Amino acid sequence: MFDFADLVEQIDKTNKTNLKVEALEKFFSSASDEDKVWAIALFSSKRPKRSVKTSDLRVYAAEIAEIPLWLFEESYHIVGDLAETIALLVPESKQSIEPPTLTQLIGEIKDLKKLDEVKQKAYLTNRWSHLNYYSKFVFNKLITGGFRIGVSQKLMTKSIANVTGIDQDTIAYQIMGDWDPEETTYNQLILSPSKEDFIYKPYPFYLANPLDQDLRKLGSCSEWVYENKWDGIRAQLIKRNNEIMIWSRGEELISKQFPELIEMGKFLSNGTVIDGEILPFKNGKIGSFNDLQKRLGRKNVGKTTLENNPVILKAYDLLESNDLDIRNLKYIDRRKPLKKLVLFLNNEKLQLSEYYIFNNWNDVEEAHSQSRINKSEGLMIKNINAFYKVGRKKGDWWKWKVDPLTIDAVLTYAMRGHGRRANLFTDYTFALWKTNDNGDRELVTFAKAYSGLTDKEFKKVDSFIKKNTLERFGPVRSVQPKLVFEIAFEGIANSSRHKSGVAVRFPRILRWRQDKTIKDANSINDLKSLIHE
Amino acid sequence: MKKPLLVFNQNGIYCPIAKIYMDAWRPVDKVIISHAHADHSKNGHKHYLTHPNSVPIVKHRLGNINIESKEWGEKFTINGVQFSLHPAGHIIGSSQVRVEYKGDVWVYSGDYKRENDGISTPFEPVKCNTFITECTFGLPAFNWEKQEIVINEINDFWEECKSNHQTAVIFAYSLGKAQRLIANLNLDIGKIYTHGAVENLNEVIRSYKNLPKTYRVTRETKKEDLIGNLVIAPPSTHGSSWLKKMVPYVTSSSSGWMTFRGARRRRAIDRGFVLSDHVDWKDLIQTIKDTEAKNIVCTHGYKNIFSKYLNENGYNSFIENTPFEEEEITGNNV
Ligand SMILES: [Zn+2]
Repeated sequence: MFDFADLVEQIDKTNKTNLKVEALEKFFSSASDEDKVWAIALFSSKRPKRSVKTSDLRVYAAEIAEIPLWLFEESYHIVGDLAETIALLVPESKQSIEPPTLTQLIGEIKDLKKLDEVKQKAYLTNRWSHLNYYSKFVFNKLITGGFRIGVSQKLMTKSIANVTGIDQDTIAYQIMGDWDPEETTYNQLILSPSKEDFIYKPYPFYLANPLDQDLRKLGSCSEWVYENKWDGIRAQLIKRNNEIMIWSRGEELISKQFPELIEMGKFLSNGTVIDGEILPFKNGKIGSFNDLQKRLGRKNVGKTTLENNPVILKAYDLLESNDLDIRNLKYIDRRKPLKKLVLFLNNEKLQLSEYYIFNNWNDVEEAHSQSRINKSEGLMIKNINAFYKVGRKKGDWWKWKVDPLTIDAVLTYAMRGHGRRANLFTDYTFALWKTNDNGDRELVTFAKAYSGLTDKEFKKVDSFIKKNTLERFGPVRSVQPKLVFEIAFEGIANSSRHKSGVAVRFPRILRWRQDKTIKDANSINDLKSLIHE
Repeated sequence: MKKPLLVFNQNGIYCPIAKIYMDAWRPVDKVIISHAHADHSKNGHKHYLTHPNSVPIVKHRLGNINIESKEWGEKFTINGVQFSLHPAGHIIGSSQVRVEYKGDVWVYSGDYKRENDGISTPFEPVKCNTFITECTFGLPAFNWEKQEIVINEINDFWEECKSNHQTAVIFAYSLGKAQRLIANLNLDIGKIYTHGAVENLNEVIRSYKNLPKTYRVTRETKKEDLIGNLVIAPPSTHGSSWLKKMVPYVTSSSSGWMTFRGARRRRAIDRGFVLSDHVDWKDLIQTIKDTEAKNIVCTHGYKNIFSKYLNENGYNSFIENTPFEEEEITGNNV
């Protein structure tokens, strides 16, 4: 018997791709069909609805492990993953009973919602005490949600392709969209999907690789076109059978968040799929990602939000035209009908992401250097003859990002890391100078970052923190402001939600400036001067 | 209240009456060394005292030093303070230090573990009033399996590599973990090859303790010699050009930190085995019960958490800081 927990254990035990694929193949050729469907769902970030509050889960686990709740919380903080913490803390049973199947466990977990606290606890106690470590871990993951265990969609589709003999790209397409694992059979999903099932599916997105070589090695400059790399939400706008939907790259249906785009889609013909970027767009200007965030995470978007935070769709590509899948046309042959469509529609909510043609590499570099002024993150370099492929495939699409913005900031707070770094303070908060109303300079928090130093540097900074702690707030310590770090980030925008008045995207530590004292660190004003208005 | 028999000062753990240090981290006149790991036996002291099984290793590391030795349980008195060494089970020669003065008994644990590893002299709890304990793994998440089970897992891993015509590489600390593996793994599977740092220590230890035969990896060693066999190397060789020689190889690591899924994944090691030379949670608590001590000084590792737990459970516990490295995290110890 090779069940889902065995699969997770095997995947966990190796770093080698071929061994992971081997384990996946073993699972997909031996598991029951219903377990296979659930496994595909879980590896594609579809998860059962949460049926127990995690706060209750912690209390139950602490009781069963016979430790005080604070000790459970400390352990959780250090381990970094709730499912793993519980699996480590609740005692393991040595007696082996027939382990429940994945589908059975998911069914039980779903029913937990209906039980009162006493019964919930009794159920969990019973399950925990009869599962081995990996089954316990998987079980907890099913309850807490979020199943990232080192299996990419690519690995999974490859394994299913190997087992079934179906083309991998076809499988990637089949498992897109909003199917319900409870209502879908393996037959419907993989072996013999019906045509109607595809109506509600987006196409798998084609993704670019970062440019990792000299530009001039790409061959002839004129074989490529150049587009801005927009910083919004990559999405497909689909109209089929008079229904309009928007799918994000993260495979979420985001139609409800962008009603104005759905409205615009009404003017499209049936059988149209546009690949583009949703961008904040106010007063004729592209806004910052920060503005876009106000549109996400809301069930329904109200009138005020619509007015204050309008968006557009910047169209990159046309994947389906007049009911025909045109992904196998050349880039330029897909762009022609796309341009026609945008011109014909003549709707302010749909704009073309223009591409440029350059005759020499110097002009490309010049365009790249203008990116920030254009509110873009860099250049996309696309081969004029490239088909629209599935997933991240190297060779025809490159993304060439601009160098990150940087600033020198002071370390002010620190928190312990997770896992191997559990004993070290590796999660930092950084501050910049600001002149307050009295004319005094004070340090104001501007970003958090936890990556970018070597193990050796982390150890040194850790020992500094332990010796220079000012105050403790649970796992967080305030630190004597003494160390200066160069912080890199991708985007920057004004923000009223942040104490500093500025929000930055993807902050990370570039280097430890041991040559600088805190007096040399930058100010909030320096940071603001990096914003292009 | 009585003056404490042992204090923590800037140089190390100090007995003011006897004027002697334990595991001093700065150069001092007289020091008792708990065990031969680099962070506990530092260079530059004028006079060293340790167990005979640690002497050759300390000398190998520090050269010609002034060193004397005492057997387990052998009592010696300095300025009216009575000292004795007791097995700590951490690595070969590792000792706890018992200190008694006018009926007050303190024990400094050094690093320790409870399970008999087949190479270190097994741990013996020592009754005392005050117990200074390490807490490297002082969290309930750490719960070791029996050595036999873990060794079987490693044997299976080795056999698997062998049947795939690969070299099994296991990262282990040159002193302690390496010999523990050598003494326990199943040599019917194949030969154990060692990195120079490991083999140098093996040679030192073989002068007074039987160890199964191992083979040093040298310039002359060929890839083909290694396939199907097991290589023990210090963690610092991970990703080095030295390791490339072992192609095709599968890497593994044995340490208490392998408890965490994240630890192995972040280090890009194929397999992780949870095998530690420190006490886990349940053995920490058992040891404290066994010593019958009421005062517990926590050092090293999760000392804040463990100390808080002890105080809630009726002990008088506090923490002291030491610069002892998180040896299992960095793996730079030789
Ligand atoms: Zn040690």
